[in-house]
Amino acid sequence: MSTDIKMALRNLFRSPVRTMLTLSAIAFASLILVFMLSFQLGSYEAMVNSSVKIHTGHFQVQAKGYNEKQNMRFAISLPNDIAEKLDKIKKIQAYTFRANGFSLVSSKNRTRGILVTGIDPEREAWVSTIKTLVRKGEYLDAKDRDKALIGSLLAKHLKVSVNDELTILGQGKDGSIAAGVVTIKGIFSSGIDEFDRASIQIPLNYFNDVFYMQGSVHEIVCTAESLYDVKKITQELADDLQKDQKGRDIVVLDWKELVPGLVQGIKLDLVSAIIFYIILIVVVAFSILNTFLMAILERTKEFGVMLALGVKPSRLLKLVLMESAFMTLAGVVIGGGAGALLTLWFMTHGINLAGASEILKEYGMSGVVYPKLSLISALAGPGAVLLITLCAALYPALKVKKLVPAVAIKSA
Amino acid sequence: MNIVNAQNIKKSYFQGKMQVHALRGMSVLVDQSEFMALAGPSGSGKTTMLNIIGGIDSPDSGTIVVDNNDYADMKQSQLADLRLKKIGFVFQAYNLIPVLSAQENVEYIMLLQGVAASERKEKAIAILDDVGLEGKYNRRPSELSGGQQQRVAVARAIVSNPAIVLADEPTANLDSKTGESLLDMMKKMNQEKNVTFIFSTHDNMVMDYAKRIVKLKDGQIEEDIVKEK
Repeated sequence: MSTDIKMALRNLFRSPVRTMLTLSAIAFASLILVFMLSFQLGSYEAMVNSSVKIHTGHFQVQAKGYNEKQNMRFAISLPNDIAEKLDKIKKIQAYTFRANGFSLVSSKNRTRGILVTGIDPEREAWVSTIKTLVRKGEYLDAKDRDKALIGSLLAKHLKVSVNDELTILGQGKDGSIAAGVVTIKGIFSSGIDEFDRASIQIPLNYFNDVFYMQGSVHEIVCTAESLYDVKKITQELADDLQKDQKGRDIVVLDWKELVPGLVQGIKLDLVSAIIFYIILIVVVAFSILNTFLMAILERTKEFGVMLALGVKPSRLLKLVLMESAFMTLAGVVIGGGAGALLTLWFMTHGINLAGASEILKEYGMSGVVYPKLSLISALAGPGAVLLITLCAALYPALKVKKLVPAVAIKSA
Repeated sequence: MNIVNAQNIKKSYFQGKMQVHALRGMSVLVDQSEFMALAGPSGSGKTTMLNIIGGIDSPDSGTIVVDNNDYADMKQSQLADLRLKKIGFVFQAYNLIPVLSAQENVEYIMLLQGVAASERKEKAIAILDDVGLEGKYNRRPSELSGGQQQRVAVARAIVSNPAIVLADEPTANLDSKTGESLLDMMKKMNQEKNVTFIFSTHDNMVMDYAKRIVKLKDGQIEEDIVKEK
């Protein structure tokens, strides 16, 4: 071991209590950062997965312009051709077809203008969690025709329940009047009020007849095996699916484009968290700054002697920075390691946030959140602590470089 | 041959708001292998002069040449190099590096000079033996008495055969017996290795040992006494 390293390590143990306290502050900050960042990223992933699996899927194939205008005539004419291509992509977990039409939906007492969605009940169950969210009645099955699933808040508003009838009145794809009567088979509650307030789902074959879709659909809704596969799949598909067989432009939209509100919510949460993290790191940096200023003030005489002996100021600077680096590294490794272990434990056991269940319901999540340890969450926080604390140690270290030996030796 | 040539050195500093004239145009020539004391009461300028000779403080005016190196032409890093290779320091308060053992303290100067590890160890042990610290190589300064610490400091100062050793009141914190033994040791080094010693002191015992005494008063030489050989 080089003498400089030996001296740096021994100097750290000259004031063991102070060193331990500073090291603990660094370790604690690193632990908090690893755990909190993992918790946040884990909850975002759960939030996205829960939210998109209720309705939008990880990504959708649509006719160009449909997402913006929701125009009935912007439809994919031959969805099965696209389905063949989707079947070839291994990382696509499932897909389903949907068609939508704005309609007036009336019960005996009330009428409401909402989006009626035609779904393939069997395929839908693979893509969305709606089947599991049915609270009253039953989910649709493949043989159903004039049946409907409606959101709990819509049912409340229309004052209807299971087995009640609803009249649908809208406009078909060809511009004709689309009208039909459906019986409520099930009522679902996703926890997302906006969805539960304005959703009615009917079998796709019935929708096809009522809205004169001629086999076309508006959305091919897909889920990927992992959220992290979405970008790659959508790029691959976008290159492949330029136009459908009737020459209409086709686009592939990922969840960020389909649910921009969710992205904004995540960004907002992340920004406020980052502000908190920065404050935490700055507090630790001041603690380091204080420790090293104290250490250097206490050792001014010693530094003066070393300079008198012929030690170059740059070597002293190196020594002081090594002390800072060793302490910070030790704190970051201990704290980061403990944070990673803690996160791993909670990754298995989950964190029960019963008190926040109402908020979590908004995103379709249960009350238990599982943090997710990743390379970013494990290294970003401790890395930032390391960098900032080393910068904080630079100021006192540079003071050493400016010492005049004779003056320094005279100091008490 | 002059190892130190100081001409018309002036130095003042502020103590609070008051300006103190530590040296008022002092000139002195020191020959190689002298055993010399700068004597005088507190505030006479002896430590300031020693610091200026050692290059750890700079004069306001005047010229200082040590071992043919004119400090006026030298940068801080060159001065550091000169101190490392040509000048040894012994301080009143020993000032050993507290986290290093006796042997490591002595080796440290050689380490900075780039001496190989095996040679460093050999020389450090030999010189510690010479100053009477056999078997205490691994003791940290806090585990040594004042006299022992000062012996380590002397060993550190002379281990790399400097041209000159500057000792600032080296016996001030020692009892007379320990001080005497330390002076004996330094005198032996002076005689055997021709190392120049310059002391700042107001200790009569040091003055008794010195072959030349330069008495200072108010930053000027009051008397320059060369004892008969």
